Amino acid sequence: MRMKTIEARRVSAEKKWKELQDNAYPVIYVGAGTCGLAAGAGDVIESIKEYLNKKKIRAKIIEVGCIGPCYLEPLVDVQMPRKPRISYSNVTPALAEKIFDSFFANEEIPKFNLAGHLGEAGIDGVPSFFDQPMIAPQVRIVLRNCGIIDPEDIDHYLARGGYEAIEKCLSMPWKDVLESVKDSGLRGRGGAGFPTWRKWLFCRETESDQRYMICNADEGDPGAFMNRSLIEGDPHALLEGMLIAAYTIGASEGFIYIRAEYPLAIERLRRAMNQMRKLGLLGNKILGSDFSFDVKIKEGAGAFVCGEETALIASIEGKRGMPRTRPPFPAVSGLWGKPTIINNVETLGTLPNIIRDGPESYSQYGTETSKGTKTFSLVGKVRRTGLIEVPMGITLRKVIYDIGGGLVKDFKAVQTGGPSGGCLSDEFLDTPIDYENLAAAGSIMGSGGLIVLDEDTCIVDMAKYFLRFTQEESCGKCVPCRVGTKHLVQMLEKICQGKGELEDLAKLEKLANAIKEGSLCGLGQTAPNPVLSSLKYFRNEFLAHVKDKRCPAAVCRDLVVYRIIKEKCTGCQRCVQVCPTQAITGPRSEPHNLDESKCIKCRSCYEVCRFDAIAGDAIIIES
Amino acid sequence: MTEESFDKITRGFRGELADLVPVLQEVQKADGCLSADAIRRISGWLKISENEIFGVATFYAQFRFNPPGRRHLKVCLGTACHVRGGEQLLDTIERRLDIKPGETTADGEFDLERVACLGCCALAPVVAIDDKIYSRMSVLKLQGILDAHEDD
Repeated sequence: MRMKTIEARRVSAEKKWKELQDNAYPVIYVGAGTCGLAAGAGDVIESIKEYLNKKKIRAKIIEVGCIGPCYLEPLVDVQMPRKPRISYSNVTPALAEKIFDSFFANEEIPKFNLAGHLGEAGIDGVPSFFDQPMIAPQVRIVLRNCGIIDPEDIDHYLARGGYEAIEKCLSMPWKDVLESVKDSGLRGRGGAGFPTWRKWLFCRETESDQRYMICNADEGDPGAFMNRSLIEGDPHALLEGMLIAAYTIGASEGFIYIRAEYPLAIERLRRAMNQMRKLGLLGNKILGSDFSFDVKIKEGAGAFVCGEETALIASIEGKRGMPRTRPPFPAVSGLWGKPTIINNVETLGTLPNIIRDGPESYSQYGTETSKGTKTFSLVGKVRRTGLIEVPMGITLRKVIYDIGGGLVKDFKAVQTGGPSGGCLSDEFLDTPIDYENLAAAGSIMGSGGLIVLDEDTCIVDMAKYFLRFTQEESCGKCVPCRVGTKHLVQMLEKICQGKGELEDLAKLEKLANAIKEGSLCGLGQTAPNPVLSSLKYFRNEFLAHVKDKRCPAAVCRDLVVYRIIKEKCTGCQRCVQVCPTQAITGPRSEPHNLDESKCIKCRSCYEVCRFDAIAGDAIIIES
Repeated sequence: MTEESFDKITRGFRGELADLVPVLQEVQKADGCLSADAIRRISGWLKISENEIFGVATFYAQFRFNPPGRRHLKVCLGTACHVRGGEQLLDTIERRLDIKPGETTADGEFDLERVACLGCCALAPVVAIDDKIYSRMSVLKLQGILDAHEDD
């Protein structure tokens, strides 16, 4: 009977979706994920509403998730009646008014800030959104709905094949579902890359009256936001994935462990779960089958180590989130001692696609050992920043230069895998990205942060940054991690202050290796990676700090000075006004003086000289 | 926290150890911080020692034990923000408001927190005041925003 409910609902959902495509009145889509809102989408939405009210235009506004190219945010799409959906970038309230004036008053397609059309049918003079250089090389499987559908409307998800996969699963024995996942080659997207099916099988084969399915949405790597974007843009994909996983392993209870820092994602999940409950997709006897499953949301309270499976379990149990020794692995003995599977958001979000379209649809992409696609947050010093999904095996060069549009200054390194990963130099630009290659290079795949660094980034400072992070986040249970990371930070601080000695480099290496070998959990075992990889590939930069007491990137504060180039300075006094310590003096129209003893290196003068000053660039930072 | 409001919070829970973190979160949401009094109440309700509760609460970065300011300043120091100058933003705030992360200004107006990542790395560096995120910040833009808030 429940099966019928969903079938009827799918028919009406498809009708609703079709009507939206063949719209009778204008539809306006605004990218309103956390990133869009941070870029100012909230003000844009307000101004659009005001505009429509004032001009008495009947139109529908839909807030969608992030479609990927965050550097174009805020993105606003306009779809005039029965016309293709056209996307505009970097929209401000003033620009929105101009765009609408053109559409509504002049009935003309505005050609400024054009990001492309999103419909299937082409349109004269407007390129396709998906043909732009950042999007064209991508393969969007897990992100297929993000930025396209209304994430708060289950009908949109249903109309695009949503929940077909779980329906299919319910008519299959669990072993066949497992077989499909095995055939797809899917490996855990949280970073370690353990084959998903094998973990599931361990769990299923353990005799127990209760098993648990947990989604790890505690995206803790600084510089990574793939999971947030997926949940905000397509929450049902994650939830359907959880149903598939729970059905296969035989779990009746589940948890989503999600960072409290992601309020919008949490709200979207709660709403989606209510919608599911009404359609019989959550709770007792799902879609009239014998399979029952329910989910609770657990908000993480801010501890990076809780991304580690056993620490996450301890946290759900109400304890300090400290890891324990494995085995037993959680798949055998996890939450409250019961077999427990913990999968990452991306792993789960991929499952509906694998089941619905068949495992080959996924395994056709990728390398021999790493199949399918992977999402990355491409950030740092690239021109085009954002969320991307690419086939495994793509080279870093393609990602950074073709998709990311390269850098403004010279490339120095790319950091992968967050605090557990490493900095790779240009010799790895042509290395295909997969689990094995990144590990062999001394980094890791991690959850998918790709941070591009240019010549203005100091590698020693980066290593110090990551170590400080892991040191603060170390739970303190085992000595190598607790004490070792503290010492690493102190040694790196010494080097950044210009007090390092040559023998410190050997000491760093020795200690880093000891921490790697001696730590209890993944946090400690990988914490030294940033130090080891940068020592290996950027030794010269360490030597510059140690031997010449210089920071080539002019970042390490104790090793740099601010200077005014007298020939360039016009004496406009902007820097004099912003200097908080009165370190800069001088009468108007004469080159200013900078008193080094008063300068606190706050950067205000440097910025003001670049953006506000008459001549500009007269203040430099050098080492 | 009054007995009545505490009862209201615990009503939705079963009183198991697994409820500890969510209840601490609810109490902090209501009171702004975890007072000694609230911890005593939780101890009585869950029948575990106050020490154990402090042990759990101090483990997680989210919990605070001193009253927050009326407005919350968060400086993101995720990798992308660090690379693009987040540290300088934190310095600027520390100097201007004369507080360190975890502290509240003497007039109770602002509290300051450094966070590991707000998840909008593509728009780095970012600073948040209450729930509003300010993206692509610079020291100067930040000064302007603080000026505007002080005039409020």
